[in-house]
Amino acid sequence: MEKKIKHKKPLNGWDIAFKIFLAVFMVVFLVATLYPVINTVALSFNDGTDAVRGNIYLWPRVFSTKSYKTVLAMENLLTGFKISVFRTVLGTLTSLVANALLAFVISRKRFLFSSQLSFFYVITMYVNGGLIPTFILYKNLGLMSSFAVYWVPGLISAWNMLVLRTYMKGLSESLEESAQLDGAGYFTIFTRIISPLCKPVYATIALFVAVGQWNNWFDTMIYNRLDTSLTVLQYELMKLLSSVMQQSGSAESAKNSANTITPITVRSAATVVTMLPIICVYPFLQRYFVTGLTIGGVKE
Amino acid sequence: MAKSAASVNAMRRDHKFTWKEIKRQKVLLIIALAVFIYGIVFYYLPLFGWAMAFIQYKPKGGIFGSAFIGFDKFKFLFTNESIGFWRVMRNTFCMGALNLITSTFMAVLFAILLNEIKPKIIKKPIQTISYLPHFLSWIVVVGILHSALSSTGIVNELLMKFGIVDQAINFFAFPEYFWAIVAFANVWKETGWNAIIYLSSITSIDPTLYEAASIDGAGRWAKIKYITLPGIKPTFMILLLINVGNILNAGFEVQYLLGNGLVKKVSETIDIFVLKWGISQNDFSLGTAAGIFKSAISILLIVLCNAWAKHAGEERLF
Repeated sequence: MEKKIKHKKPLNGWDIAFKIFLAVFMVVFLVATLYPVINTVALSFNDGTDAVRGNIYLWPRVFSTKSYKTVLAMENLLTGFKISVFRTVLGTLTSLVANALLAFVISRKRFLFSSQLSFFYVITMYVNGGLIPTFILYKNLGLMSSFAVYWVPGLISAWNMLVLRTYMKGLSESLEESAQLDGAGYFTIFTRIISPLCKPVYATIALFVAVGQWNNWFDTMIYNRLDTSLTVLQYELMKLLSSVMQQSGSAESAKNSANTITPITVRSAATVVTMLPIICVYPFLQRYFVTGLTIGGVKE
Repeated sequence: MAKSAASVNAMRRDHKFTWKEIKRQKVLLIIALAVFIYGIVFYYLPLFGWAMAFIQYKPKGGIFGSAFIGFDKFKFLFTNESIGFWRVMRNTFCMGALNLITSTFMAVLFAILLNEIKPKIIKKPIQTISYLPHFLSWIVVVGILHSALSSTGIVNELLMKFGIVDQAINFFAFPEYFWAIVAFANVWKETGWNAIIYLSSITSIDPTLYEAASIDGAGRWAKIKYITLPGIKPTFMILLLINVGNILNAGFEVQYLLGNGLVKKVSETIDIFVLKWGISQNDFSLGTAAGIFKSAISILLIVLCNAWAKHAGEERLF
C-alpha cells in the first residue's frame, strides 16, 4: 500500500488491479446468474430430438414451439396454473387486508391493548409448534384437501405486520385528528386516510406475499397431494423434474429410463412457464421491495 | 413547551380504561379480538401439540386419549442408532452453518464491490439482475442447477474443455460434494437479495468520512477496511444473530429435492427427518419430539449468541 497522497493523483497500480478485479467479479457474477436462465429458455424453444445431442447454449439450434404445445396440453399443469394464479391473487389480497388491519389497530396511539397485541404476535416469530402439531391442527380444522389451506394459515404474519406498523407509525397524525373532528370513524380513517398514504408499503407486502404464494409447493405436497384438482404449478413442475433428479444417483438407471422421463425441452418449457410471471413483474417493483427491506430492518 | 406537556397529558387521559373509551374504539377492539382469536388458533394451538411428544399419540384418541410415555420418544431419538438422529442433526447444523458463512460472505462482498461502481447506468442493471434468482422457486433453482451440473451440463463441459477432468463427473453421486452444492445453490439464489440490506447500510455511512480519508491518503482498500466494514458491522451483527437462530431451519427444500439414495447419509436434514417419521411413517410423537428438540436448540443458539454479543459489546437482539 502506498503512503503518498492520492487525492488528485491518477490511477496507480493498486487502483488498476482493483478495477480489473471488480470488472472480472461482476462479469462472472452476471454470467453465472443469467446463463442458466437463458440456457433454459433456449432449450425450451429447441426441437426435442435435436436437443438430446447437447451443445445448446444461448440460442435454440432447431427452433420449435412443440414443447410449449406439449406443456399446455398437460391437464395437470393447466389446473396447477389456474390454482396458482387464484391462490396468489386471493392469498395476497386477504393477507394484505388482514395484516394492514392489524397494523392499523396496533399503531393507533389511543388503542388500549396496543403493546399487548403487538407482543402476542412478535412471540410467534420465535416459537412455533412445528410441522407435526400444525399438520394435526389443520387436519382437525378440516383444511386437508381444501383450497382454504392455501390462504387461511398465512393470513397474518408477524413480520409483515411489523413492517406495516412501522410505516403507519411514521405517518403524521394531524390528518387523522382532523378527520376525527369531522366525525369520521376508524373504518373511514383506515380506508380513506391511512391506506392511500400506505400505498408503497402495501405494494412491498403484496409483492412478498405474492412471491411466497406463487412459489409455494410444500402445502400442496403435505395437505392436498391426493386432490389433483387443487394442485399448484410448482408442485407439478416438481413432479416433472424430480423423476429426473432422483435418477442422478446412478447413471445406469438414468439410461434405462431415458424413454420414460420427460424430455429436457419439455421440462425447460414447464420451468419457463413457472418462472415467467414473476420475472416479468419484479423489475418494476424494485423500489418497493428495497424500501420494504429497509423499513423492516432485516429479513431473509 | 407547556402546551405540548398539556397535550401529552390529554392523550394520557384518553388512554384510560373507561366505558366511554371502550365504546369509542369499539371498531378497533372488534378487529383486535378477531385477530387475537386467529392468532390463538393458528399460532398458539400448535404449541399445545408439543404434548404429543410425551404420549404415544393415536389419532383416534387425540391428545387426552393416548397413553403418557414421558421422555421415551426423546430417549429413543437420542439412543437408537439405526434411525440416525445425530447424523441428521450434524447434517442440518453443518449445512446451515456453511450456508450462513458462505452467503453472508458473498452478500457483503457483492455489496461492497457494487458500491464501488459509480455510474448508475452500469450499477442499476447489475442490481436488477442480481435479484432475479431470489424470485425463482427452489424447484426452478434446483432444476436449473441440476441441469448445469449434470454429466452433459455446462460445468462438466467447461471442466473438460480446460482439461481439469477427463471424464464427466456425476456431482450428485458423491456425498463429499453435496454440502458444497447446497451452499452454492444458496449463494446463487440469495446473494443479490441479501446484499440489499448491506448496500443500504453502506449508503447510510457519512460520506465525509470517505472524503477525509482520501485527504489523508487512504486508498480504496484502506477505505473499505477502515470505513465501510466498520460501518456495516451493526447490520452484520443483527443479521448474524437472527440467522444463527435459523441455522437449523435452513435445510429442507434443496436437500429434499436434490437428495438421492447415494448421498442420503449427508443430505438428510432434521426437517426431512420430521417429515419422514411424522407424516410418512405416521409416528407423530417421534416427529414432534424431533421438532421440539430443534426448536430448543435454535432458541439456545440465539440466547448464547446474544449473550456473546452483549459480552463483546456488540449490537444485540435483546
